[in-house]
Amino acid sequence: MENLLINHYEVAAVILFGIGFLNLLLQNNLVKKVIGFGIMDNAVYLFLASQGYIEGRLAPILVGETARAADYINPIPAGLVLTGIVVSVSVTAFSLALIQRLYQKYKTVNFDEIVQLARQKGDE
Amino acid sequence: MISGIVTPLLKNGKWAYRLSLFACSAGLVLSGVLLGRIGPRNESFSFMMGHFPAPWGNELSVGPLEAVLATAICFVMLLALLGGRRDIFEDVLPEKQKLYFIMMDEILAALLALTYTNDIFTAYVFIEISTIAACAIVMAKDSSATMVATMRYLIMSLLGSGLVLLGIVLLYCITGHLLFPNLQQRVLELVATGQYAMPLTVVVGLIVMGLGIKSAMFPFHLWLPPAHGSATTASSSVLSGLVVKGYIILMIRLFYKVFTIEVIRSLRITNMVFLFGLAGMIVGSVGAIKEEHIKRMLAYSSVAQLGYVFMGIGLGTDVGIMAACFQILVHACTKPMLFGCASALSAGRHHNKKLYALRGAAYENKLAGVGFTVGALSMIGIPLFGGFAAKVFFASATMAQPVKMWMTLLTLALSTVLNALYYIPAVTALWSKPAEGEAGEKQPADPTFAVSTVLFILAVFFLGICYQPVVTLIQNGLALL
Repeated sequence: MENLLINHYEVAAVILFGIGFLNLLLQNNLVKKVIGFGIMDNAVYLFLASQGYIEGRLAPILVGETARAADYINPIPAGLVLTGIVVSVSVTAFSLALIQRLYQKYKTVNFDEIVQLARQKGDE
Repeated sequence: MISGIVTPLLKNGKWAYRLSLFACSAGLVLSGVLLGRIGPRNESFSFMMGHFPAPWGNELSVGPLEAVLATAICFVMLLALLGGRRDIFEDVLPEKQKLYFIMMDEILAALLALTYTNDIFTAYVFIEISTIAACAIVMAKDSSATMVATMRYLIMSLLGSGLVLLGIVLLYCITGHLLFPNLQQRVLELVATGQYAMPLTVVVGLIVMGLGIKSAMFPFHLWLPPAHGSATTASSSVLSGLVVKGYIILMIRLFYKVFTIEVIRSLRITNMVFLFGLAGMIVGSVGAIKEEHIKRMLAYSSVAQLGYVFMGIGLGTDVGIMAACFQILVHACTKPMLFGCASALSAGRHHNKKLYALRGAAYENKLAGVGFTVGALSMIGIPLFGGFAAKVFFASATMAQPVKMWMTLLTLALSTVLNALYYIPAVTALWSKPAEGEAGEKQPADPTFAVSTVLFILAVFFLGICYQPVVTLIQNGLALL
């Protein structure tokens, strides 16, 4: 229990990951699915960022003379988060574009309805 | 030698079919050279990307296994593009064709990167790139069926990559490294001291689950048949033959280079993969029997064939994984040929892909008929064809483990029968005399298709008859991983 309180960022991140994952899996509304994906990815970044931050250390920017490495935060987690954000932005953009195409064709963003409409049209 | 590794990674943004073909051939030649250089000498090396040394920089690592797989990837990609040429130019909108080839190039680059990379986060980035590009090439045909299939594929892929990402992040948190060799060292230390045993299990579970979803492991296979069945020919071939394999290759490399196979075995993850593989073999075949649409039938058969691969990984022994790698190669050569021939056959029947409509179609396009027959026989596992050699390896790989041996042998036998149940009717239908008024018009000969089919047929026979050098390479490669 105490551990949970100390690591509250991590706990929050895992809960958010669960919420996002279930949304992505179970939502019928495609836009909400994408939002779920966003929550899931951001939960991972929150986790990584909170792991990477150490209380009382400096940002890893060297000004003037070099100091001891122990004074600074490891920049790799932040770098990973940035890379990850770029990836998830492009994936989100791609899925939103696809949803837009589907909406233009079927006038709905409900995935079940779209599947039914596509079936009525006769596949291929 | 260095350029052999770097060039495939830098190839992006080619603007036309010819350039795309050139990229594939260049990749093929370079990987072939690489294979020729390191194959006989049986060595592996890592190459530093950028200017930072090991713990911070980015690395590639190459051994015989990677070189074999990369050569196969380039070879199949080249032939798939050649064989699907006419369909690409018919199915894809003219102004989008350019973009289609860019996506193909990206898939090639991402797959090669997944085969070569020595850094787990780079692997994640390339997983995402190949996902987006794969969705894009499914969608290229721009019909309602493909759009729905793409959406399903995209959702499943995103779930998978979310799990992989979480797994990688947790792994980074408990080890503090991203490069495979450093990771392996730390993982072994953790196992030896018993620290973080639970998180380590969770990490392996998450990564296996994530990659499993993306490569259509049994309970998560439902997205595959619509996506592979409805896309244009070259897309289906590349997706079925290569893209799903990329993730499996990464999984095998992670098992060997990061977690080490002993640790994986002791975590009992292999047993899960084994069971899923067996289930996939049966479910995929049953799905294929029920299917009338020839390309969806082939796609279900991919699910079954991927079941074989997972079964081999699930055995958890070097021999089992060697068999899985060999199966990857065989399937990569056979399935694109089947897709190509299936669509060439249906071209004479107004692109009607229902099996009953294809009765006697083999007489109109003899080469495609022969290609389809060879592919089908190899899938069933007739001696002399590639599929037979793969099945023999699976069977002999199980001999050490009594319980798994019975399960494997029974399932192998059953799935062979099931494979025969749907491939033989398809082949006989193709070669039987067409009914009155059903015969389609003869298609004009397509030289590129002919070249690719003949080469694929040769490759299947090569893997079925002279498999020994390939197997030796794979074994050496696994030993060096």
